[in-house]
Amino acid sequence: MTASPTLSPDPAAERAAPPPGRRFSLLAFARKHRTILFLLLLIAVFGAVNERFLTVRNALNILSEVSIYGIIAVGMTYVILIGGIDVAVGSLLAFASLAAAYVVTAVLGASPASWLIALALSSLVGLAGGYIHGKAVTWLHVPAFIVTLGGMTVWRGATLILNDGGPISGFDAAYRWWGTGHILFVPVPVVVFALVAAVGHLVLRYTRYGRQVYAVGGNAEAARLSGVNVDFIVTSVYAVIGALAGLSGFLLSARLGSAEAVGGTGYELRVIASVVIGGASLTGGSGGVGGTILGALLIGVLSNGLVIMHVTSYFQQVVIGLIIVAAVAFDHYARTHKA
Amino acid sequence: MTLLDVSQVSKSFPGVRALDQVRIEVGRGEIHALLGENGAGKSTLIKILSAAHAADEGAVTFDGQPLDPRDTPLRRQQLGIATIYQEFNLFPELSVAENIYLSREPKRLGLIDWRRLRADAQALLGELGLPLDPDEPVSRLTVAEQQMVEIAKAMTLNARLIIMDEPTAALSSREVDRLHAIIADLKARGVSVIYVSHRLTEVKAMCDRYTVMRDGRYVASGDVADVEVDDMVRLMVGRSVEFVRRVRSGPPGPVVLKVEAVTPRHPRLTAPDYLKDISLEVRAGEIVGLAGLVGAGRTDLARLIFGADALASGEIRLDDKPLKLKSPRDAIRAGVMLVPEDRKQQGCFLDHSIRHNLSLPSLKPLSRLGQWVDERAERDLVEIYRQKLRIKMASQETPIGKLSGGNQQKVLLGRSMALAPRVLIVDEPTRGIDIGAKAEVHQVLSDLAAQGVAIVVISSELAEVMAVSDRIIVFREGAIVANLEAETATEEGLMAYMATGAGRSSPSGMEHRPA
Repeated sequence: MTASPTLSPDPAAERAAPPPGRRFSLLAFARKHRTILFLLLLIAVFGAVNERFLTVRNALNILSEVSIYGIIAVGMTYVILIGGIDVAVGSLLAFASLAAAYVVTAVLGASPASWLIALALSSLVGLAGGYIHGKAVTWLHVPAFIVTLGGMTVWRGATLILNDGGPISGFDAAYRWWGTGHILFVPVPVVVFALVAAVGHLVLRYTRYGRQVYAVGGNAEAARLSGVNVDFIVTSVYAVIGALAGLSGFLLSARLGSAEAVGGTGYELRVIASVVIGGASLTGGSGGVGGTILGALLIGVLSNGLVIMHVTSYFQQVVIGLIIVAAVAFDHYARTHKA
Repeated sequence: MTLLDVSQVSKSFPGVRALDQVRIEVGRGEIHALLGENGAGKSTLIKILSAAHAADEGAVTFDGQPLDPRDTPLRRQQLGIATIYQEFNLFPELSVAENIYLSREPKRLGLIDWRRLRADAQALLGELGLPLDPDEPVSRLTVAEQQMVEIAKAMTLNARLIIMDEPTAALSSREVDRLHAIIADLKARGVSVIYVSHRLTEVKAMCDRYTVMRDGRYVASGDVADVEVDDMVRLMVGRSVEFVRRVRSGPPGPVVLKVEAVTPRHPRLTAPDYLKDISLEVRAGEIVGLAGLVGAGRTDLARLIFGADALASGEIRLDDKPLKLKSPRDAIRAGVMLVPEDRKQQGCFLDHSIRHNLSLPSLKPLSRLGQWVDERAERDLVEIYRQKLRIKMASQETPIGKLSGGNQQKVLLGRSMALAPRVLIVDEPTRGIDIGAKAEVHQVLSDLAAQGVAIVVISSELAEVMAVSDRIIVFREGAIVANLEAETATEEGLMAYMATGAGRSSPSGMEHRPA
C-alpha cells in the first residue's frame, strides 16, 4: 500500500491550495515553464560555443526543418490528448506524398496546377489512411498502438510497391516553391506550420470539438455519458493527423525536389517526442499545441546544434532518446511532487 | 486493555492543519467507530496509522510499543495494522488465493506451490466462513466479495487491528449484515477494528466505542451504548440534521417517461438473466425512488433508459412518443439525463476545471455556429449553478478533482440541470458525501420536481429513498417486486421486499446471493 494518489479529492488539500497568483515561487515558475527554459538554455549554450549558431540564416534553417515534422506534431497533440498514439505517420507521409507525386508526374503530366493537385491529393490520401486507422480503433477495438504499428509497415510497403522503391522527381517551379520559396524572408514551410499550429491551437482551445477532445482523453466513459460522440472524436483525430502527415509529405517532397519512398522514416519518434516533451500526458486529457511547438523546437535546436558542433548523427540519436526519457521522468516528478 | 493509543497527533499540509492534537484509544477486541463529516480528518488519521503519511507531532503506541513515524506501510502491516481502503488494493486478474497470499505464496524448491496455495486459501476462507472460491479471479467478484478477500488477506498478515474505511458504502443491506457477522467473528478472535462509516444506525448496532472528529480536531469519545444516533450526528456536525421528508408541491402531472417490458441485450456477465421485462411510469413533477440491493438491476435499468446500454426488447416512451436510443447522446437530445453512480469513473473529468466539467454537454447552444464556445456565456452558466447549488469553489478554473465529494456531486447535478431535462435519473445521489451536502442535494431534487421534471432516484440508503421519493419501486433480482406510495412505506417493509420479494420479513427467508 503506497501513498495516496495525487488526485484524491482530499478536502484538506482543497483548503491547502493557495489562492492563485498570490505568491510567487521560483520553483513553481521553473516547473511551469520548464520546456521554454530548457530551450533558452540550449540556445544560449550552442550560441556561446559556436558563433554560426546564432544567425538569422541558421534560425530559419532550424525552423524549416522543424516545420516539416512540427505540422504532424500538431495532429499528434490531438491524438495523444485522446489517449491514443500514432506510429504510422512517417510511413503514411511517404505513401501520401509519393502517391500524389506519381499522379501529377506520371498520370496527369505537366500542368500549371500540379502543385495544387499534389497538395490536395497528398492531404486526402493521408486523410483516408488516418480515417482507416481511426475506424480500426473504434470499430474493431484494436488498440491504437497495434493499428498504427500495422499501418506503419503497410503504408511503407505500399509506398515501395507504388514505384518499386524509387523516388519520383521532376516537379515544376510552382511545386518547388512550397518547399524552397519564401514569403517575406520566411520559408514557406514555416508559414504553413505557423498556420497549422494556429488553427490547431484555436480549435483545441476555443471550440466545442476541442473540449470534446480533452473530455475523451480525460475520461472516455464520462464523455460518453455526457453525450460526446466518442467514436467520432477518435476517428476524426486519426483522420486529421493523417491529413497533416500528407500535407507534410507534400512540403517535404517540394523541399527535396523528389518524393522519396524512405521519406519520413523515424518521424513518428520525433513527432511523439515533441508532444511529450511539450508536457502532454500519454494517458490523455492534458497537453496543448503550445507545448508541442516548444517540444518540436527543442528537438530541432538540439539536432542543429549538435550538427554545428560536429557531433555525429549517430550520437544525436542517443542524445534525443535520452532527452525524451528525461522529459517524461521530470514530468512524472513534477506531477507527484506538487508544491 | 488498550491496543492502540494515539495521543496529541497533529499533521499539517502546506497551508492547512489537517489534524490538530487528535487522540483515539482502541481496546483489544474492540470495534471502534471513527466518526466525522467528510473533511473532518478521518482519512488523514487512517493514513497516519497505516504510515501512508507521517505525523508531524504526537505519539502513537501500538500494543505497548511506540510506533516509529518513519515506518513504511509494509512495516505497519507486519506489526499487525491492516487498512482496507474504500478503493481496494487487489489485483483483478489474479485469483482470490493469489491475492490473499500475494508475495507470501508457499514455495517448494523455490517455486510457488500452487496446490498448497489453494488448500491454504480454502482452509482460511472456510475458517472465516467466507463463501468464496479461491480460484475465482477477483475481477469477477462483487464489491462485497472483494472486501472479504481484503479481510482474509489481513488475517493472513496476523492483523490485530483492521482499519475499515467506509466498508459498507457500496454494499447492499444484506451484504452489510454479512460483513457485520464477519466483524463480530474478528472481535471474538480478539482482533480490533476501526470502523469508519457515515451510516450511524450500523454504528449504533455493532460498534462498542466511538470517537468523533470535526475540522481536524478530536470532539468526543465514549461508549456507543450511551448515545443515540441523533447525539452522534450532533457531535459530528455541531447541529442536529436529519433527512427531511419531501413535501410534494402539487399533484403529479402527466406521464412523461414510460418504460414498457424492457430487457437489455447484453446482460452483465456477473448477473446473468438479470432485468427482464421491466415496466414503469414516471410522471412530471414526481420523484420515483428505486430501492433494492446492489445488483438488483436498478442501475442496469437506468443505463437502458439513458441509451448507455442496448435494448433486446421492449420500448421506452417519452411524452408518449417512442424513443430510439443508440447512445446517451440520443437520450440527452430527447431530454433524458443521468447522473451516474460512480462519480470518479463515470462522472468527473478529475484533472479538468469545474467550468469544463459542468458545461460539457451544454456547449452547443453556448457556441457560435455550434462550435465556437462563448466563454463569457459559459462562465455565466456555471455561475448560475454555483449559486443555485451553493457549490463551494475557489474558482471555476479549479480542477474538479480537488473538490470534496459533495461539491463534485453538485457540479454533476449542475451539468444535468443545465440541459433542462424532462427526465432526470440520479444514481446514488449522495454516496460518500457528508450529511449537510446530502440534505442540500435532496432539496435540489425536490425543487426540480416542483418545476415539472420527472425524476428517478436510485439509492441504497433506505432512509434516503423514503425521504426523497413520492413513490418507491422495489427491485429484487432483476424484477420489480413492489410499487408503493412513499408515505405508506416503512424501512422494515422495504427491507422485507428487497430481501425476500414478499411484503413480510422473515429471517429464514434470507437467501444467498443469486448466481
